[in-house]
Amino acid sequence: MSSEERTPVAFSVAKADDPHMQPKAQNPKLAETLIGLVMLAGIGSLIGFAVAYGMNAQSWIMGGTLGAGVLFLGFGITAWGKYLMPQGPFVEERHTMRGTDDERERFKAAVVQRGGGILGRRKLLAMIAGAGMSAFAVVLIIPVFRSFGPLPGNTLNQTNWKQGTMLVDSTGRPIRVNDIAVGGVVTVYPKGLENTDTGQAVDQTILIRVGTEAVVTQQGRESWGPNGYVAYSKLCTHLGCPVGLYEQQLELLVCPCHQSMFTVTNGAEPIFGPAPRPLPQLPLFVGSDGLLRAQGGYDQAVGPGFWNRETSG
Amino acid sequence: MAEKTKQQAKSSFGPVGKALDELDDRLGIAKGGRSLLDKIFPDHWSFMLGEVALYSFLILLGTGIFLTLFYVPSSTVVVYHGSYLPLVGQKVSQAYATSIDLTFSVRCGLLMRQMHHWACDIFLAAMVVHMARVFFTGAFRKPRELNYVLGSTLLILGIVEGFLGYSLPDDLVSGTGIRIAFSIIESIPVIGSYIAFFVFGGNYPGPQIIPRFFIIHVLLIPLIMLGMVTAHLFLLVHQKHTQFPGKGRTETNVVGTAMFPVFAAKATGFLFMVGGVITLLAGFAQINPIWQFGPYDASKISYAVQPDWYMGWLDGALRIWPAWEWTGFGYTWPLEIFIPGVVVPGLIFAVVQGWPVLERRYTKDNEIHNLLDLPRNRPKRTAAGAAVFALVTMMFIASSTDVIANYFHITLEAVLWSMRILVVVVPIITYFLTHKICQELQASQGAGKRKRANVVTRTPDGEYLSAPAEPRPGDEHVDLEPEPVPDFLEDPVVVRERKELLSPVSFTGVRNVVR
Repeated sequence: MSSEERTPVAFSVAKADDPHMQPKAQNPKLAETLIGLVMLAGIGSLIGFAVAYGMNAQSWIMGGTLGAGVLFLGFGITAWGKYLMPQGPFVEERHTMRGTDDERERFKAAVVQRGGGILGRRKLLAMIAGAGMSAFAVVLIIPVFRSFGPLPGNTLNQTNWKQGTMLVDSTGRPIRVNDIAVGGVVTVYPKGLENTDTGQAVDQTILIRVGTEAVVTQQGRESWGPNGYVAYSKLCTHLGCPVGLYEQQLELLVCPCHQSMFTVTNGAEPIFGPAPRPLPQLPLFVGSDGLLRAQGGYDQAVGPGFWNRETSG
Repeated sequence: MAEKTKQQAKSSFGPVGKALDELDDRLGIAKGGRSLLDKIFPDHWSFMLGEVALYSFLILLGTGIFLTLFYVPSSTVVVYHGSYLPLVGQKVSQAYATSIDLTFSVRCGLLMRQMHHWACDIFLAAMVVHMARVFFTGAFRKPRELNYVLGSTLLILGIVEGFLGYSLPDDLVSGTGIRIAFSIIESIPVIGSYIAFFVFGGNYPGPQIIPRFFIIHVLLIPLIMLGMVTAHLFLLVHQKHTQFPGKGRTETNVVGTAMFPVFAAKATGFLFMVGGVITLLAGFAQINPIWQFGPYDASKISYAVQPDWYMGWLDGALRIWPAWEWTGFGYTWPLEIFIPGVVVPGLIFAVVQGWPVLERRYTKDNEIHNLLDLPRNRPKRTAAGAAVFALVTMMFIASSTDVIANYFHITLEAVLWSMRILVVVVPIITYFLTHKICQELQASQGAGKRKRANVVTRTPDGEYLSAPAEPRPGDEHVDLEPEPVPDFLEDPVVVRERKELLSPVSFTGVRNVVR
């Protein structure tokens, strides 16, 4: 018999009465029965799921049967591992991460000497290669990012409100002078943009009727609020949430996101919360046809602050 | 005779053995495979937290693939004609319409969607708790700093991934979240509006958001996370587990149960258990009912809706930060957004991720550590970690100022100012309190161990006698001395058969060399 034909094997065998090989369960027979029953319950529940699925049962029935089935199976398998398998404790040695001194020196030599030496010998070439890599990165990254979106330019400072723009509600209906009762509120958009992304996200304006006489919210805004109407940008100056809550008795506009509060009759000055600026006011007039229109755009950018925000325009 | 023995040896251990032989001939799996099967997993309940995260990640991948088969990532406006009657005839985005339809028209769709959402919440929670375990026990110390950074980066990616997924149904609540995210990016000085326009493909909202977020959510980030999870696990296996100090446990060994079969069985069972719990939650506990929120319209908003829990702390910071917008040098500095929205989370993550370096610089400890600390034995680290948790918790509570004010009938202003004070004070108190508790625990004998009760009896004469009670089950438990993993041939019948088959072979552990 030669060694090529047979490699002798030496098994390390733990004796049957070795405490390391013993199950944890005090009564393995009982544990075995219980685990078997739990797993059978799991299978039963899974069959229940198949039936429930076939009957297109309600979601909670399908979730309940599937979840319970999987959970029971999991309990069974885990308990089998925990109580009926050899418990150990077993040990293994760690291998140190660190190589031997010899290995480390040879590795470093390869990197620093062989690699660095080649670079060092041709400094100019190395520099040109480095410049090439950098150029590649720049040339690659800039156009990729640039393609992701347009430059902001002046977009953030503009809305679609212009002189004479008709105010319409979300269904596109224009607002007649007597349409809204005192205390009434409606969200308005520039005519034609009521169902568009920019109309809803940028131009949204909240129109409030606070009385019947002209409303002057601040000096210099004498003509902005005809017939008791005031209109403010609905974009919160904090983070751009719609300032959707109107507290009629206190005449406050409240942002539901972070509870900034703006006084309606005082130029939407923020009196509470994190909003730093008043809501921009939209100057209104009543056209000869009795419909509400904008005198012009907002006198500043709407919504939250950003670097090149303009305050007049 | 020789030939016969060879044949028998070749086909030893039956057909499975033969298959393994064939595999080893080609792939050389025997050596590495055996040491993998013998891999030791130290036992402690807290070591399963990472497993919860891993398994819920797997469930996220599975349920996520199911959802992508029905969801259409498009903000094109369509008229809804599906099975959810209240919505029929309304103009909604295709993303919202298909989200509703996969919920109500696809069998098991609602269950899958809720499983995906619950698994996400559990995934992130498990990562946080797992990371806390690693932090408080000092498992991040040399040589495992890299794995700690990998893991904490996974947490950040998980938060971003969760936010993106939350946005995809295009419902009213998620849309508001995206609007806030746009505003936060916009607030970065100088380049904010550029980044915002590049990320969103133009001004908010634009038609790009849904398809773009979709591909980032289902491909880009999951791919990165999958790679990082793999690297995390590879490093875990390569560097081996840490373990708590105990009998026979040293810096140079690992003591516990073996990979095969005990850990394999427990882990498989535990995967099923995590899946079962998530499925039960998805079946019985409603989460993110997008059909109730309605489709997104940038000019509409709902009241008292909170983001998913892992975003709450950021929302809280934005809520309580004072309105500090500053205009200077001809430009607007939206510090009331930039500081709580970018700087504060950036600093928290920087401290958390940089902790191994910070601690090493402070303690000048450059040793290899494989044995874990008890948190009480590192009072400063434990106190610092507790303080960060207190800070984030207070920020989280601050995200529901309006709910608190409503519930307790106090003014919003009182709640706001309380939170502004508490968010500073509570972490400081927590630090000193935790530090003190750690010191007390160190000083007291047998803290954390079960104490033997004293039984006091009264004799007929009125005399009181005190004696220690009977030991409770487990009190007398003594750990065995750990031993190397054997080949598990403990069954005497099997042993006898193998003896005949493989003769001459020694079963005493001494190698017989045949010449």
